[in-house]
Amino acid sequence: MITNMTSGLDFQAKALVLRAERQQVIASNIANADTPGYVARDLNFKEAMAAATGAASSSGLRASSSQGGGANGMTHANHIALSGSTVSLGGNPAHLAYTAQSQPSLDGNSVDLDRERANFADNAVRFEATLRFINGQSKTILSAIQGQ
Amino acid sequence: MSMFSIFNVSGSAISAQSQRLNVVASNLANADAVAGPDGQGYKGRQVIFETVPMGSDASAGVRVSSVQESNEPLRKVHNPGHPSADAQGYVTHSNVNPVEEMVNMISASRSYQNNVEVMNTAKTLLLKTLQMGQ
Repeated sequence: MITNMTSGLDFQAKALVLRAERQQVIASNIANADTPGYVARDLNFKEAMAAATGAASSSGLRASSSQGGGANGMTHANHIALSGSTVSLGGNPAHLAYTAQSQPSLDGNSVDLDRERANFADNAVRFEATLRFINGQSKTILSAIQGQ
Repeated sequence: MSMFSIFNVSGSAISAQSQRLNVVASNLANADAVAGPDGQGYKGRQVIFETVPMGSDASAGVRVSSVQESNEPLRKVHNPGHPSADAQGYVTHSNVNPVEEMVNMISASRSYQNNVEVMNTAKTLLLKTLQMGQ
């Protein structure tokens, strides 16, 4: 019963963690806008979210057999996948990709500052939206509990 | 909370960019400096940036790995009346190109501003997260 009430919150919480993670990746790109040889990175939010939510437990085995391991910390196809409860990218950097280069520069730096700033603003807005969803849902649950 | 490391990342970038601004300032200040008695004029300096990993896989900061002197030849101006002129009447100046330094300065200050903005946004988001559920 209680899981039904909080499952929506759980989903938003995972989204929030991933948004924070992406914010961090974009901040690193902006910080390294002048570093020679730095290659910009980005988080594939769709894939990371799919891996973080329930799909992780079902797709974990499939991913490990096609990529030769790595998903959910597995090193062998016969290992049992860890539960997808933790969404930190620390142990699963597979969703961190390299951004496509639009204007190559001579020093090997692939940061497109305009795009990164747009991404940063976009991600900040979505982060806030997720926060509001969580606030709204928690208020709904609270009013349901209090029965007023 | 992983977003706290944004402050470390942007902070390292701000510190690196301010170091770059410092170097630009000393280059511009010495742009017209004349060589001393040893004949060695001021050589322009440049900072070299380097990525430094910070904790998790997703965050990468910046640091100044070294400050290097420019290898361009010193500027020689024919001015026999100058007290520092050599036997041929040439005065040795620094090898700083003021136009390049101005461009460098603008670039550094823009990058600095960008990182300050990133920190401000991260701070706003964190404060809003603190008020979650209230």
